[in-house]
Amino acid sequence: MLAAAAVGLILGILTYTFIYARGYSYLSDNPAACMNCHIMNEQFDGWLKSSHHGVAVCNDCHTPPGFLGKYYTKALNGFFHSVAFTSGNFHEPIRITKRNARVAEKSCRKCHSRITHAIRLSGAEQDDNRCARCHLDVGHMH
Amino acid sequence: MAKTNVKVVAVSLLALVAGIGGVALLVDIFEKKQEARNPFFRVVELTDETQDPAVWGKNFPLQYDAYKRTVDQVRTRYGGSEARPRTPSKADPRTQVAQSRLEEDPRLKIIWAGYPFSEDFREERGHAYMLEDQIYTQRQIVAKQPGTCLHCHASVYVPYKKAGSGDLVRGFEKLNQMPYGEALKAVQHPVSCIDCHDPLTMQLRVTRPGFLEGIAKVKALQGIKNYEVNAMATRQEMRTFVCAQCHVEYYFKGDEKRLTYPWDKGLKADEILAYYEEVKFKDFTHKISGADVLKAQHPEFEMWNQGMHARSGVACADCHMPYKREGAMKVSDHHVRSPLLNISRSCQTCHPWPEAELKARAELIQARTMELRGIAMDAVIALINDIQKETKTDATEARAYQRKAQFLLDFIEAENSMGFHAPQEAARILGKSIDFSRQGQAALRKGR
Repeated sequence: MLAAAAVGLILGILTYTFIYARGYSYLSDNPAACMNCHIMNEQFDGWLKSSHHGVAVCNDCHTPPGFLGKYYTKALNGFFHSVAFTSGNFHEPIRITKRNARVAEKSCRKCHSRITHAIRLSGAEQDDNRCARCHLDVGHMH
Repeated sequence: MAKTNVKVVAVSLLALVAGIGGVALLVDIFEKKQEARNPFFRVVELTDETQDPAVWGKNFPLQYDAYKRTVDQVRTRYGGSEARPRTPSKADPRTQVAQSRLEEDPRLKIIWAGYPFSEDFREERGHAYMLEDQIYTQRQIVAKQPGTCLHCHASVYVPYKKAGSGDLVRGFEKLNQMPYGEALKAVQHPVSCIDCHDPLTMQLRVTRPGFLEGIAKVKALQGIKNYEVNAMATRQEMRTFVCAQCHVEYYFKGDEKRLTYPWDKGLKADEILAYYEEVKFKDFTHKISGADVLKAQHPEFEMWNQGMHARSGVACADCHMPYKREGAMKVSDHHVRSPLLNISRSCQTCHPWPEAELKARAELIQARTMELRGIAMDAVIALINDIQKETKTDATEARAYQRKAQFLLDFIEAENSMGFHAPQEAARILGKSIDFSRQGQAALRKGR
């Protein structure tokens, strides 16, 4: 009885926290969700003015295609971003992780496959060459 | 019974930990949300007469706190000041000063022989020291300085307006003509908030008559007539122009000692030299060679204009006052300093490479400029020595070459970035300087 009450209370706190933190918004594709916490304000502002603004939102480039891949990536980033933001232990300006850079790179090549096909054939894929190495500002400057 | 007790205790403990964690997270999210509300509390009213930065600081504590930090003395590889202890005297109560550049490189004394700079020239300290370092430099004692100097060593917006009965430029003209000691009585602070910000809107604003007139000349060359900087400049331009009010080459024109920025022909070192040749201005007569020579002064704005960062639209404030995060607030860092002391915010916002790599790149540029600067300095000193030794022939032509070579060398020497603001331009100017020294020596040989 006591245990059930304790579990219920805690679930209540956690549910409220989830709602208060707008946790549900992270399941959507709305870019506004990515700046619930203000760390990515600059990236969002940059995207508003970028060339990709009209054709891609955050999730189009930063999550892989397919339901499973997308939500696994969201869960993974959601967890680590929460830890980083809560603890305050992260590099500023923020940096993309290796895994996320790979995801973004695949997104470039998915939409721009006709252009990147020839580059891939040349073997440049062997090294850690990324589109965004030169095309730094297409999604968002910085 | 004992078993049930253990179970209850275990579940309670788990619930305790989960409860603490859940509530802690909730409170943290609450705090972060509060941060994001962008609080601004207007506790004092600021007017166009409020000069004291401490009063502004009550409304803008984050900016004020950073502004106060310009007292820091930190070295970089090729710049920055080092705090040296000093025994205070009645005439000069400073207990700390920056290192002497004349001791670091005694060749400077030869270049500036006959000019107060050869008596006392120290590494510049932060903004907080601009007024006291000017009041107490030995240069004040060996020469009589005009009130014009205060244009860039004190907060002069309010004093100028007062002296001019509301007219900024009239006040400027009035203070220019006073002796330094007398004009000093009109000012109270080193550069302050009101020198760059409109007190009602906080928008950037140019308040220095020297720059108001100077930039209009530059824009006229680009075909823009009657340029009024405060009405016509973009916000990003203003993030450079407020700094360029002072970080420029200048001279005191005529008997009125009117502060003038020599930009009639353009902003490049050789264009400025051509202007000085045309108006036949000289800063002093060289004690060793007898040449009428010029002294260049911190032309940071001019050099930045020739570089890649300017071309890419990067303003002074982007690197010297980069944005930082205080809670959820984005504020520009009013601790104005070398970007090399703040690489992550200054450089990495645009250049995603490791700090050590970025520092190495900057220092490589500076090391190359430093080497070339040394070569150019040796060259002009060789010319000065040759002119001094020359007895048989008229050295007028050689002296004219010394004037040119020396100004171009000094332009890079006086500029506070050791070439970084415009590496290729710095090399071009030093190359020209070395060539003028060579031509000066050739002119002496030809006369023999």
